[in-house]
Amino acid sequence: MSANLSALSYLISSVCFILALQGLSSAKTSQRGLTFGIVGMLLAVGTTLASPIVSSYGWIISGIIVGGIIGTVIAKKIQMTALPQLVAAFHSLVGLAAVCVAAAALLEPQAFNIGNVGSIAVGSLVEMGLGVAIGAITFTGSVVAFAKLQGLVSGNPLTFTGQHSLNAFLGIGLVVLIGLFAVSESHTLFWAVTFVSLLLGFLLILPIGGADMPVVISMLNSYSGWAAAGIGFTLGNSLLIITGALVGASGAILSYIMCKGMNRSIFNIILGGFGGDQAVASVGGGKEQRPYKAGSAEDAGFIMKNAKSVIIVPGYGMAVAQAQHALREMGDILKNEGVQVRYAIHPVAGRMPGHMNVLLAEANVPYEDVLELEDINRDFAQTDVAFVIGANDVTNPSAKTDPKSPIYGMPILDVDKAKTVLFVKRSMAPGYAGVDNDLFYQDHTLMLFGDAKKMCEEIIKALEE
Amino acid sequence: MEMISPFLLGLTVFILAVFVGYYVVWKVTPALHSPLMSVTNAISSVIVVGAVLAAGSAQDILTQIFAFGAVVMASINIFGGFVVTRRMLEMFNKKK
Repeated sequence: MSANLSALSYLISSVCFILALQGLSSAKTSQRGLTFGIVGMLLAVGTTLASPIVSSYGWIISGIIVGGIIGTVIAKKIQMTALPQLVAAFHSLVGLAAVCVAAAALLEPQAFNIGNVGSIAVGSLVEMGLGVAIGAITFTGSVVAFAKLQGLVSGNPLTFTGQHSLNAFLGIGLVVLIGLFAVSESHTLFWAVTFVSLLLGFLLILPIGGADMPVVISMLNSYSGWAAAGIGFTLGNSLLIITGALVGASGAILSYIMCKGMNRSIFNIILGGFGGDQAVASVGGGKEQRPYKAGSAEDAGFIMKNAKSVIIVPGYGMAVAQAQHALREMGDILKNEGVQVRYAIHPVAGRMPGHMNVLLAEANVPYEDVLELEDINRDFAQTDVAFVIGANDVTNPSAKTDPKSPIYGMPILDVDKAKTVLFVKRSMAPGYAGVDNDLFYQDHTLMLFGDAKKMCEEIIKALEE
Repeated sequence: MEMISPFLLGLTVFILAVFVGYYVVWKVTPALHSPLMSVTNAISSVIVVGAVLAAGSAQDILTQIFAFGAVVMASINIFGGFVVTRRMLEMFNKKK
């Protein structure tokens, strides 16, 4: 295939990717969008295979078959509650693949038309250095995020003294190393850049707490895009540059939305150390236990059966307990009793953007019943029952009333305005931010202690009697 | 006439693509943010293009190993990313 023809074909492929993202603007067009994405990818790979420089196919075909089988099997088997881990693992592979491509380009630059060994242009070497650095940071960062989400390491932020100075030192060192690599084309320096970046990715994500994961995952999503763009610059390939830029921008926007959902700056999150055991001990310790009302599943069933409208507020606890199916069943019974049932989703509910929406969709909750914060928040005042299941901080009124609270300014769901609040919770322990929730102690709140799934099942039983 | 540096051409494309991405992604409905992530994850594995070029022309065994590794990893991502996105979108589009 001639160079011009492949450039044209790459252009069509880029347009397909843009249409793939555009399709996601509504559920109806989303599947068509996905088809565009697949077509774009087929076109990109097909064009590359037809390029005259590709002379042997054995390795490529076997690589695609092996990778394709592994990827398909994993994606078919994975439980939707484990989606954040899966995405983190996938991000790490993009990062590592970027490192491998950069290494291959360094060893045999003639394959990419960027010169010969020992005479690669300085510009290409800078791009290569940046590409490998972002790729390596994405790789180890995603591995740490995966380990935290999977529960392999503690979700608590791990901090030590001098952490920020060490990271700053490594960051500056990295820039210097890339500069030295670009002027010398030394393979040793290339691996030094890779090593320092791997270390930096590891150290950057380690101090970030489990509940900040929506931001971390979005950030790594963004990095994986920038890594692809970096490799695109190295190889002088506009398809890679365009796609990398699209993905990078997408991840950056998601990070921004998540940060806004928590009213925190991206720097605050990267610097880490928020939440976890320490904060719980300092805030929760030595406080007097205030009185609260606890109820049973029968009470909850009775209250909801007699309500006109119920708004369900799900959170990460629902995902952990796998309670979405039982919850939907409960909602269906209430609907049959003539109760209006809707779901309110906070932007940072769960461990990745849109996590709750996927779980509810999996449990067959109708798309129209699931509403975002800004669309439903005003309705709480006219609602009989707010049913909070597995969420906590996102309902805490002190985010509005107490300027001293660590979550002050965070947008919350106005659950406290509902006539009755039913709060499903394992115990009286505070949420991840370590802040006590005033909602527990209000007169119109009834605490339902227990596992989210079991509680839903018991309420179903009570409703059916 | 003086040749424009390939880097500047790349940068032009890059900046424009960032803007396209910015406007397209803001239009994505929040309910579909998870599928957005998995689909961007799949398409960012378009670096398979670089891996294929290297794997198809490598002379040296070390290059071949790197290239093969990159093809495998990118393929896991492409297939895995598209399949899991399809699964999610089917859930959102179930018949009632």
